[in-house]
Amino acid sequence: MSATDTPLLEVRDLRVVLPTARGPAAALRGVSFEMSRGEKLGLIGESGCGKSLTALAIMGLLPEGAVVEGSIGLNGQELVGLGDDALAALRGDRIAMIFQEPMTALNPLHSIGAQVAEPLRLHRGLDRAAARTEALRLLERVQLPKAAQRLDAYPHQLSGGQRQRVMIAMALACGPDLLIADEPTTALDVTLQHEVLMLIDELVQGSGMALLLISHDLGVMARHVQRVMVMYGGTVVESGPTAAVFARRAHPYTRGLHAARPRLGATRGTRLPTIPGRVPELADLGLGCAFAERCDRAVADCRRASPADVVVGDHHRARCIRIEEAST
Amino acid sequence: MFSAIIGRPHLPRGPAIALFLLRRFATFVLTLAVASVVVFAVLDVLPGNVAQVMLGESATPQAVAALEKKLGLDRPTPERYAAWIQGLFTLQPGNSHAYDTPITELVAERLVVTVPLALLAMALTVVLALAAGLYAASHHNRAGDLGVMAASQLGIAIPSFWFGILLVMLFAVKLPWFPSGGFPGWTEDEGGGLWDGLQALVLPAVALAVVQAAILARFVRSAVLEVLREDFVRTARAKGLSRRAVLWGHVLRNAMVPVVTVIGLQFAGLVTGTVVIENVFSLPGLGRLIFQAISNRDLPLVQAMVMLLAATVIVINFVVDVLYALIDPRLKMAER
Amino acid sequence: MSFWTRALRHKSFVAGGVLVALLVAMALLSFVWTPHPATEIDVPNKLQPPSMKHWLGTDSLGRDIVSQLIVGARASIAVGLIAVGIGIVAGVALGLLAAARRGWVEEAVMRLADFGLAFPALLTAIMLAAIYGPGLLTSIVAIGIFNIPEFARITRASANSVWSREFVLAARACGKGALRITMEHVLPNIASVLVVQATIRFAIAILAEAGLSYLGLGTQPPTPSWGRMLGEGQSMMYQAPMLAVWPGLAIVLSVLGLNLMGDGLRDLLDPKLARQR
Repeated sequence: MSATDTPLLEVRDLRVVLPTARGPAAALRGVSFEMSRGEKLGLIGESGCGKSLTALAIMGLLPEGAVVEGSIGLNGQELVGLGDDALAALRGDRIAMIFQEPMTALNPLHSIGAQVAEPLRLHRGLDRAAARTEALRLLERVQLPKAAQRLDAYPHQLSGGQRQRVMIAMALACGPDLLIADEPTTALDVTLQHEVLMLIDELVQGSGMALLLISHDLGVMARHVQRVMVMYGGTVVESGPTAAVFARRAHPYTRGLHAARPRLGATRGTRLPTIPGRVPELADLGLGCAFAERCDRAVADCRRASPADVVVGDHHRARCIRIEEAST
Repeated sequence: MFSAIIGRPHLPRGPAIALFLLRRFATFVLTLAVASVVVFAVLDVLPGNVAQVMLGESATPQAVAALEKKLGLDRPTPERYAAWIQGLFTLQPGNSHAYDTPITELVAERLVVTVPLALLAMALTVVLALAAGLYAASHHNRAGDLGVMAASQLGIAIPSFWFGILLVMLFAVKLPWFPSGGFPGWTEDEGGGLWDGLQALVLPAVALAVVQAAILARFVRSAVLEVLREDFVRTARAKGLSRRAVLWGHVLRNAMVPVVTVIGLQFAGLVTGTVVIENVFSLPGLGRLIFQAISNRDLPLVQAMVMLLAATVIVINFVVDVLYALIDPRLKMAER
Repeated sequence: MSFWTRALRHKSFVAGGVLVALLVAMALLSFVWTPHPATEIDVPNKLQPPSMKHWLGTDSLGRDIVSQLIVGARASIAVGLIAVGIGIVAGVALGLLAAARRGWVEEAVMRLADFGLAFPALLTAIMLAAIYGPGLLTSIVAIGIFNIPEFARITRASANSVWSREFVLAARACGKGALRITMEHVLPNIASVLVVQATIRFAIAILAEAGLSYLGLGTQPPTPSWGRMLGEGQSMMYQAPMLAVWPGLAIVLSVLGLNLMGDGLRDLLDPKLARQR
C-alpha cells in the first residue's frame, strides 16, 4: 500500500433517509470510511444498525424512495447521484455483492450455469459457449462438487452451502475490485460457515480484491478481517484494526457486544450478559448519541449532540465522549 | 405461491414427470367421466319422461310412445348411459331430434366459427393483459399503475355482451368499419373469404377480450409484483442487469407460472362468453346452435353439446396443469 | 378508530357503498312507487325520446324506461342475494367440513370443487332450461350452484389456516369437539373473508343474471330485467340506440359498486387480506 494509491472506496458522510410508515427516517447518519485495494474490512453490528444499508447504498440498490446524500467514491468515480444505467454497468463488474439467504437468492427457473454465465455475457460480451466454459471454471474454483453436471442443474437441486458457492462464483465472474459479502454464512450450518469463509478468504487473497465483510459475529471478524467498523443506529461508533478494537473496546457498545458473546467452557448456569434495552426504531432516534438509552455510562451531554470521532489509538477511532479507560 | 410447492429433489427428473403426468391424467379421465354422468343424469334421467319433455304437454300418447321407441328410452338407464358414451367416443352421437341430421355434422359446421373466435379472443386477452399488467407493475403506485387499475375495475364491471353491442353501435353502425353481425364464411364459394371471415370475428373477439383481459391484467400485475419482491431479483440487479433486463429476463417467466393457471381457469369464462357473444353478433357458431336446441327442446343435441363444452373446459385445465409442470422445473408434485 | 370511522374514510368503500345503496334504494322504491307502471304497454307512444313525462323515454312497446330500470333492480338483487345465499350455505358448509375432517373428505370436496369449475353458470342454466324451461328460478338455481365450489374452496383455505393456529390447538387439548371448534373459533375468524367474497360473488351474480336474461334463459316477460332490456334494446339499435345503453349502465354501476365495496371491505376488515391476490 503505497502513499500514492487513491483509496479504492471512499465513503464520506453518507446519509440515507428511508420512507417509513411513520414518515421519513434517517437510517444512515453520516458514515465515513475508506478501503484500499486488497483490504479486508469488516462491518459489525446488530440487525437494524445500517450495515446492510451501507452495502446497498454502495451498490446503488436502496429501496424506492430512499434519499441519499454524501459521497461514495469508487476508484475516484462518484457513485451518489449516478444514473441507474451507469451504476448497472459497475454492478457485477467492478463491485459485486453476495447476500445472506442462499436459498432464495437464485432464480428457481434458470439453470445454475446460465445464472453464473449471466454477468459474463452482460459485462464481457461473451457468447453462450465461451460464457459456459468460463462458468464451469468458476464453479470449479469455488469447489462446487460435480461442477460439470451442475451447470445444467437447477437451484432447488443444490443445498444451501452449494448455492452460496454458486453465488460466490457469480460475484467473482468478472473479477470485481470490491466484493461485499452481507452475512454470507449466517444462514448456513456452523460447519459450512467456516468452509465458505475460508473459500472467500482464499479467492479474495489470490485476486487482490478488496472485501467488505458484514456480520454480527465477532469471531468471524476476528478471524477474517484486518480492520473492523462497529455500527449502531446508523453510525460507525468505533473503527480500527480488528485486534485493537476487540482488545481495547473503547466504545461502550463494543464493550457490550464483546461481553455478550457466548463462550465455550463457561460453567453451567452462567447467565449470558446482554445489553439492556432494545435496538431503537429509526424514527425514534433523536439528535444525541444513538446508544445513550442503553448505555451505562451515558450522561446528559450524550443526549444533546452526536458525539464526534475521537482518536483512541493507531488508526483507531470511536464516537464517544465517555470512552472507557484501557482495561480488560 | 412458491413456498407452497414441495419438490422431491432426489427423484430424477424423467420418472418424476412421468409419475406426475400419469396421476394428472387419471384425475382428468375421472373428471370427464363424472362430468358425463352429471350431464346424462340431468338431461336424460332427471326430466322423468324425456320424450314427453321433448314433445311438450300437448303431444299425443302415441307420439310420445313412438319417440320413446326411437330414442331407445325403454332400455334400462345404465345401458342407455353406456350407449351414449359409446356414441360420443365413436363420434356417432346420433341425430338431432329437431333437424334429424347427425349431431356431428351440425357441430362441425359451427365449430369453424366458434373455435377461431375463441382462439382469437384468448390471444387478444393474453396480449392485452400481459401488456397492461406488466406496465402497471413497473409503474407500481404511480400514475400508470393507478390508471391501469381503474381501467380494469371498469372492465370487470362491464358485461361482455353489452360491450359487444356498444362496439357494434360505434364501429359498425356509426363508423362502417366492421360488419354488425353474421358470418360470411371462410371460403369464397360461401360468399366470404379469409379476410372477410376475420373481419366478422374482430368485434366479437374484442368484446370478449376486453372483459377477460381486465380480470387477467390484475393477476399479471400482482404476480409480477410478488416476483419483484423475491430475493433473486435483487441478485439479478446486483449482477448489473438493468431494471428492464430484470423484468424481461427474470421476472416475466417466473410470474407466468401462476398466471398460466389463471388463464386456464378463465377458459370456462371464455366458453360461456363465446356462447353469449355469438348471440349478440348473430354468428352461426355453437352458441346459436345450443339456443336453438333449447327452444326446440332437442335434448339429444343439448346433451351432446353441453358435454362437448364441459369436456373442452376440462381438457384445457388438464393441458394448463401439464404446461405448468413443464415450465416449473421444481415440479409441483404435492397435492394442492 | 372504530370500524365505521375507518370505513367512511376509505375512498373505495364509500364510492362502492354509495352505488350499492342506490341500487338497493331503487329496488326498495320499486315496491312502493315508479314513475309509471313498468309493464304498462302503450304502443302509440313507443320509442319516445326523453321528455318530462318519460325521463329516459319509452321502449318499443311504449313502456317507460325509468320504471323498467327501477323494477329491474329487483330481479338483479333477488338473484344476487339468493344465489350467493345458496353458494354460502352449501359452499361454506362443505369447506368447513373439508377443513375439519381433512383426509379423504377434504380430497373429495376439493375434487368436487374443481369439477364444479367445468360447469359455468351458463352451462347449468342451459341444461336446466332445456328441461324445465327458462325463468327466474332457473337462473337462480344455476348461478347458485355455480357459487358453491368457489365458496367451498375459499372457506377450506381460510379454515385450514385457522385450524393450524395455536388457540385452536389449545381448544382441542381441552377436548372440544370439531363441531364446537368450527362454530366457536373457525367461523368467526373466517367471517371477514366470507363477507368480502360474498360482495364480489354478488357482483358476478348480477352479471350472470344479466347474461342469462339477455339470452332469454332468465327472467321472462313481463317481469322487467336489465339483461332482457339490453336484448330488446339491441333490436332497436338503429332506431333508438340509447335503449341499449341505459340498462347496460345500470349493470355496470351496480357491479362496479359491489366490487369497490368488496375491495374496500377487504382492506378494512383485515389489512393482511389486502395482500392476498
